[in-house]
Amino acid sequence: MASLVRTGVTFFDRSMETAPLRPVSSAGLPVRLQKVAKFYGSRNVLRDIDLTIEPGQFVVIIGRSGSGKSTLLRLLAGLETADAGDVNLGEDASPGRLRVMFQDGRLLPWRRVIDNVALGLPKAERGRAEAALQAVGLADRAHEWPRVLSGGQKQRVALARALAANPRLILLDEPLGALDALTRLDMQGLIEDLWRQSGFTAVLVTHDVAEAALLADRILLIEDGGIALDLRVDLPRPRRAGPAVAEIEAQILDRLLGGGRRAA
Amino acid sequence: MAVTQLAVRAAESPPTASRRAPPSPTRGRGVFWRAVVARLGVTTWVVPILLLLVWEALSASGIVPQRKLPSPHSVAVAFWQLTRSGELPRDVFVSTLRAATGFAIGGGLGFAFGLAAGVSRLAENLFDGTLQMLRMVPHLALIPLIIVWFGIGESAKVFLVAVGVFFPIYYNTYHGIRTIDAGLLEMARIQGLKGFDLFWQVIFPGALPSIMVGARYGLGIMWLTLIVAETIAGNSGIGFMTMNAREFMQTNVVLLGILLYAALGKLIDMAARRIEKGALAWHPSFAQA
Repeated sequence: MASLVRTGVTFFDRSMETAPLRPVSSAGLPVRLQKVAKFYGSRNVLRDIDLTIEPGQFVVIIGRSGSGKSTLLRLLAGLETADAGDVNLGEDASPGRLRVMFQDGRLLPWRRVIDNVALGLPKAERGRAEAALQAVGLADRAHEWPRVLSGGQKQRVALARALAANPRLILLDEPLGALDALTRLDMQGLIEDLWRQSGFTAVLVTHDVAEAALLADRILLIEDGGIALDLRVDLPRPRRAGPAVAEIEAQILDRLLGGGRRAA
Repeated sequence: MAVTQLAVRAAESPPTASRRAPPSPTRGRGVFWRAVVARLGVTTWVVPILLLLVWEALSASGIVPQRKLPSPHSVAVAFWQLTRSGELPRDVFVSTLRAATGFAIGGGLGFAFGLAAGVSRLAENLFDGTLQMLRMVPHLALIPLIIVWFGIGESAKVFLVAVGVFFPIYYNTYHGIRTIDAGLLEMARIQGLKGFDLFWQVIFPGALPSIMVGARYGLGIMWLTLIVAETIAGNSGIGFMTMNAREFMQTNVVLLGILLYAALGKLIDMAARRIEKGALAWHPSFAQA
């Protein structure tokens, strides 16, 4: 996977002249939810969620569609407000503390790739955008329009944009859901690498059980608006498909299918 | 670099070769002429030139009376004489100035109101309903009222053009802002953009394709309005020139005026396209090869 990260280095190494991706003081943001509930109309989408995420942890939220997993992520992002309870992201209130990576990329079609990555960065910190683009291996595409990129490349740009401000929490809302299987494997490796280098807290929403088992320190299974399973995964990284990972997958699938059967 | 150039040349060479070494004589010549025609863009001009020739012949032979439809030749003479006397340049200048002033005022106000209604729910509730109702009034129906208000001077014409241009630009600006992808706005807010930055980097460029549609539509209305206004009342401008010429049965000058409107309209549309192409280079519809 390290080789993948380095594909962006072409004729000269730009990282020499740009700011490093991570200042030494950077650390993950702590997350704390207490008795959080959310309603859409009369429908109770999330109920009584109590959750503490340690700084720097990689948490994967998994569940069926409509289980409330995306709503939980949007609450953390501040895109929704909780109807009850408390969402606490610690003392840090700086605008660069958290970033979101969306499933549909959401690149601005009227800005070049590099300007998309630099969106919201102060002019003086533009070097960070270059470093982030380098880190996802797309430094040579900096001046292209987003429309000429492939789906996987667009998601890399979206990842670079999420990284550029050096956030302490990155929320990933099914970021690889629309990619083909091979590109998805590449991207999983890339996300894991960058997370290990930068030390941010990561919360990833997915419906892909294998993805959860490969990436998570901790897997949360959301069902009917509540946390149905909270599973710690202590396998060495980087992980490969194998018996240990398969066992984790089986555990989640059992719970998912069992729950489904009961609901039906 | 040298390798790339060679590669490009190699890629270009097959058509040249086939042109020079035709498989059969007649077929080869056809390919050659087709290439020349395509290169010069001759095809576009075939029909207009043919029409002019037929028209000139019909006039010269007396089949079409000169008084009803003067020959292209006499229109060209009128053009030359009026240009030398300075009348034509002055009238064109006056008309263009009116059009530009009216467009700037109407377009500016339309943009400002469209922006306000697009960005703020309060502004939308305040005046969008009223404006949508007024939009349905054909602005040329205001002419009698405008003559009462402003007389037949400059301000009447500029006002009428401004009213005509206001609505398409208002509506398309408003609509362009309202139809921006909500996901992009959400993303931009997460990235920490707000206020003027959010407007300038996300809202305005997102609405620009629609605003340009409004502007081009407004340019068409601008000409139409000006022609009507100048024809009805005035003592200068292209419209006045043609009406004045009708009094003296100078049909060739009337025809010249009509051709001038066509030429100026085409010029302005070309300029607008050029601007569009530059401003919307990111847009798939305007992608350059």
